[in-house]
Amino acid sequence: MDGANPILQLEDVHTYYGNIHALKGISLSIPHGGIACLIGANGAGKSTTLLTIFGVQPAAEGKILFDGQPIQNLRPEQVAAKGVAQTPEGRQIFPRMTSLENLEMGAFLRRDKAETAKDLEWVYTLFPILKQRTKQLGGTLSGGEQQMLAMGRALMSRPRLLLLDEPSLGLAPKLVKTIFQAILTINKSGTTIFLVEQNAHMALSNSDMGYVMETGRIVLEDDAKALLQSEQVKKAYLGE
Amino acid sequence: MAKSDLKKFFVYSVFLGILILPMVGFPTTSFHAGRAFGVWGVFVAILAIGLIAKTLRGTGGYRKSTAGLSSLFSPASGTIKRIPRKYYISILLLMVIIFPLVANRYMIDVGITCLIYVVLGLGLNIVVGLAGLLDLGYIAFYAVGAYSYSLLNLHFGLSFWACLPIGVALGAVLGCIIGYPTLKMRGDYLAIVTMGFGEIIRLVLNNWDKLTHGPNGLLGMEKPLIYYPSLGEGGLTWEVFKLKSLPGLYYLIFILAILTIIAVNRLDKSRVGRAWVAIREDEVAAELSGVPTTWLKLLAYAMGAAFASVGGAFFAAKLSYTNPNFFIFMESCIVLCIVVLGGVGSIPGIILAGVVLIAVPEVFRELQTYRMLAFGLAMAVMMVLRPEGLIPATRRKREFHEEKQLSAGD
Repeated sequence: MDGANPILQLEDVHTYYGNIHALKGISLSIPHGGIACLIGANGAGKSTTLLTIFGVQPAAEGKILFDGQPIQNLRPEQVAAKGVAQTPEGRQIFPRMTSLENLEMGAFLRRDKAETAKDLEWVYTLFPILKQRTKQLGGTLSGGEQQMLAMGRALMSRPRLLLLDEPSLGLAPKLVKTIFQAILTINKSGTTIFLVEQNAHMALSNSDMGYVMETGRIVLEDDAKALLQSEQVKKAYLGE
Repeated sequence: MAKSDLKKFFVYSVFLGILILPMVGFPTTSFHAGRAFGVWGVFVAILAIGLIAKTLRGTGGYRKSTAGLSSLFSPASGTIKRIPRKYYISILLLMVIIFPLVANRYMIDVGITCLIYVVLGLGLNIVVGLAGLLDLGYIAFYAVGAYSYSLLNLHFGLSFWACLPIGVALGAVLGCIIGYPTLKMRGDYLAIVTMGFGEIIRLVLNNWDKLTHGPNGLLGMEKPLIYYPSLGEGGLTWEVFKLKSLPGLYYLIFILAILTIIAVNRLDKSRVGRAWVAIREDEVAAELSGVPTTWLKLLAYAMGAAFASVGGAFFAAKLSYTNPNFFIFMESCIVLCIVVLGGVGSIPGIILAGVVLIAVPEVFRELQTYRMLAFGLAMAVMMVLRPEGLIPATRRKREFHEEKQLSAGD
């Protein structure tokens, strides 16, 4: 934000689904090493923002810079190769692959087997339950386990920037805590995290900085602690 | 004997009765009871055998022996593991190899057709089974192989072996051309578009009189030649042997089929194969994992088309004749049936289904016009009783037995 070169920067990004103008000029900047969150109501364009960063739903206009290099014209696999990983919304894992095969898919672009094995061990220390489920099909895991699997899969590419799309969606409060605990651990290991959430309180209280989105636009951006105190956010998203 | 199985048996028998009795029983206005009940009886007997087999298997000893940990896996795996894979594969291979020595010409001819369809089924399995792209125009690539060999041989005198790679390349390129506009489509839309492309190719072949001689087809292509070294008076020379005999052609397609099996098996187990499965499972998740979905989908079309093209070139060479009516929509359906009936994604299943689907209608020839009815019925019954296919792929088996696995896992 202030001079320090950000890991990810969006400058006036517009995205369309056919005729629908989903992102109407998004600009944001995420510093190295921290946790940033994007909160907003359903349909505000939060998931679209993540898909646009990854190139799945390409930006029609604007610039996306990863580590200062433009990535807005890259295909998803090229973005992934640069060191970005993403968990899709609604815990999209591969339902008919075993949990181990799912994790292996996360390392699809990697050739360094020894290092990949280390990362697998790390994912297992992060989410011990996955180690007990290696041979079980992804689709038969519980909701919480599927979220862990999706995050584990994203980590298998050893990303420098991890994009999480609603990690708390549909999970029991206790599991949400576990997931956010894991997010903090991942962040401490050196991965920058950008997460999209509807659970504004959980997201803001675990982040360094936050953005608030409404119908395709960023309407507020500030320190996460400051946003938690802001009257506007309290009223609209925290239900106070 | 489980009560539900018995109930199923009666329901199916009655259903078959309703279907068969009037259709087979009234060739004219009078009812032929003997004939109608005869045909019905055959099907009921098949159902009864299935029921008995299931009951015996249920009470058999092997289940007890695999109790405990291994009950996590599907119960069907127990029986197959008994016989080592190596043995039954070599026995099967031996049977296929000696087949032309003991069979008559007609049987060898059916055998050749079976093997062609095995190649086609395995090729389509890449597109439908692995990458999950429903292709209803697959037979078009078979036509491309047949016509590319025919035209190159007739006009330029190129040999079968020279035409094979050219046909494969042409098929692959066409696969990409057809695949490209369908990249963003899924499911039923994709099926309709591929069906349309399949028909377009057939109609082009049918109407481009100058090049393809239209519905009359092309005639007089050379049979494949085999070159072998011989030590004569003039030192080492290469002798040429024309593969005219049916057994010779049988062995040629046999070798082509084996090569296809090896290639598809390796693809299945490769990184690319895994990526195809990921695309089939969830395209967005695959993209987010760094799978280049666009390229891999095109590759699936190209690879599938390449194998069909090999089959087509052989088919044209064997008959020395080809015409557009060999490549109607029904043929695409049959190949798709082979893939589905055999078990989507399962190589042994598709081989078995290829043989069964092509050979069985021949066996039913006695029934004359009813043989397609018998065929259709067999398919319908099969899909109800065993939706995962004859020999399901491990992944599919898991899918259809998910609840069992889940309860065992908890």
